Amino acid sequence: MLLINCPYCEDDRPELEFANAGEAHIHRPKDMADMSDEAFEAMFFIRDNPKGVILERWRHAHGCGRFFNAVRHTVSDKFLKTYMAGEPRPSDDEITELMK
Amino acid sequence: MRNFNALNLAREALRGHKGWGQQWRNPEPKKQYDIIIVGAGGHGLGTAYYLAKEHGLKNIAVLEKGWLGGGNTGRNTTIIRSNYLYDESAGLYDHAVKLWEGLTHELNYNVMFSQRGVMMLAHSVSDVQLAQRHIHANRLNGVDNEWLTPQQAKDFCPPINISKDSRYPVLGAALQRRGGVARHDAVAWGYARQASAMGVDIIQNCEVTGINRAPSGEVTGVETTKGTIGAKQVGVVAAGHTSVLMEMAGIQMPLESFPLQALVSEPVKPVFPCVVMSNAVHAYISQSDKGELVIGGGTDSYVSYSQTGSMHMLQETLDSIIELYPMFNRMKMLRTWGGVVDVTPDRSPIIGMTPVKGLYVNCGWGTGGFKATPGSANVFAHTIAKDEPHKINAGFTLDRFRNGRLIDEAAAAAVAH
Ligand SMILES: Cc1cc2nc3c(=O)[nH]c(=O)nc-3n(C[C@H](O)[C@H](O)[C@H](O)COP(=O)(O)OP(=O)(O)OC[C@H]3O[C@@H](n4cnc5c(N)ncnc54)[C@H](O)[C@@H]3O)c2cc1C
Ligand SMILES: [Zn+2]
Repeated sequence: MLLINCPYCEDDRPELEFANAGEAHIHRPKDMADMSDEAFEAMFFIRDNPKGVILERWRHAHGCGRFFNAVRHTVSDKFLKTYMAGEPRPSDDEITELMK
Repeated sequence: MRNFNALNLAREALRGHKGWGQQWRNPEPKKQYDIIIVGAGGHGLGTAYYLAKEHGLKNIAVLEKGWLGGGNTGRNTTIIRSNYLYDESAGLYDHAVKLWEGLTHELNYNVMFSQRGVMMLAHSVSDVQLAQRHIHANRLNGVDNEWLTPQQAKDFCPPINISKDSRYPVLGAALQRRGGVARHDAVAWGYARQASAMGVDIIQNCEVTGINRAPSGEVTGVETTKGTIGAKQVGVVAAGHTSVLMEMAGIQMPLESFPLQALVSEPVKPVFPCVVMSNAVHAYISQSDKGELVIGGGTDSYVSYSQTGSMHMLQETLDSIIELYPMFNRMKMLRTWGGVVDVTPDRSPIIGMTPVKGLYVNCGWGTGGFKATPGSANVFAHTIAKDEPHKINAGFTLDRFRNGRLIDEAAAAAVAH
């Protein structure tokens, strides 16, 4: 069982309270009908699947109910950082720093 | 390689089984091969076997970062069935079941394929409708699948609790009698032994770390922990690690890798005659020939290469198991383990060509590819040998996520195995 820090509740809570919601920072265009097949595939089907650091969404489903983002390592499953939805994607330098 | 037969067995019995020799060679890699297969799971080893056997190609290496059969092939719960909804899937999985039926003889290796029947329980009205739809679709495709009433299901598998007031009432079941289980290790070992005997080099402890390409784009070989190895064609068959490998050739895959766990109980006398799956409550069970109950459930919900998985997933699975089979509620569990499964958006595999010339991929088997091992290997070998898909895997392309021709078993079954 993972312990996950909800940035809204500011507390480490057990994984059971959360639902993973897939890759973070995917932008859905307002008018999907205008997208090329390539762009639609990339947005809808292609996923980051790194053996390393992943940026992903979680929802504190059985808590405050809100979505937030996390930086996690997919081999150790260690959470390096969680941050609120809408905050910018951490820079590569920041991620390197977090991994130290 | 010495054949297993009555005469050799008798001879070896008289001399303490000292004459069998190694089952496969353990060579150092050559500088150059015609074909390199990345990943010595059942699908990769089988691909090499069929390339040599059916297409007469011999200058082949299978590269494996760990030991052969140590990936999902050696970690799965060995459920084999072919009653999938769509025509493409029925064609592919039933091709596999037909090959399973002759595999022990073909490989001269006992893969212990046991067609004891796979039963899928229906617990709700929508489960019943889904099962009936599958049964009709399967029959149109010539795949056996039949409907059982709750009492017939209990007669077929006595440990099931079919009482009306149980937490997961059994409203009926779909039974595929040709389904069953096989010995997973034997599949990897049997293919490895025959492939090696035909000249295929199986190189273990050799991790592929890069895919080399010519300036014009086509594949020229791979970088490995044992040095650079050249090849005209490279087939990636790396299950949960496919995204990592394809990234080396600049291809982003429509895959996510999740932990999937299984567990076995202490061994007991034969009590469980078939395989029973219950998709709605994420629990399935069979009994191995050693007597252990073999139990599995669903994947964790997040991407991970940890090859472990969460404790609560096992608890949820066991909660369901003891509701459905109350007689097991005092059984001790002996071992648990995990694998990394690669899941596509439509829960169907990808077997075919890639945008890079000379590079082929066989992946996306997710939680249910063991059953397909011989069929997948067979059509993937054809795809590499002919540089075009076999008609059985023609629909399982990588570009179906661009052109929209999904094979949406995800929507059809919610869960797969
Ligand atoms: C717990 C569990 C239960 C399952 N239950 C069932 C079931 O009941 N029925 C069913 O049909 N399926 C089941 N499956 C799924 C099934 O196990 C897989 O779909 C199938 O075994 C995949 O076979 P494979 O040969 O493609 O992969 P694997 O056997 O995983 O082989 C891939 C190989 O590639 C190697 N590799 C990876 N990266 C590299 C690299 N860079 N260089 C060299 N080698 C590399 C790996 O070490 C591995 O040995 C289950 C899976 C799990 C984990
Ligand atoms: Zn919260």
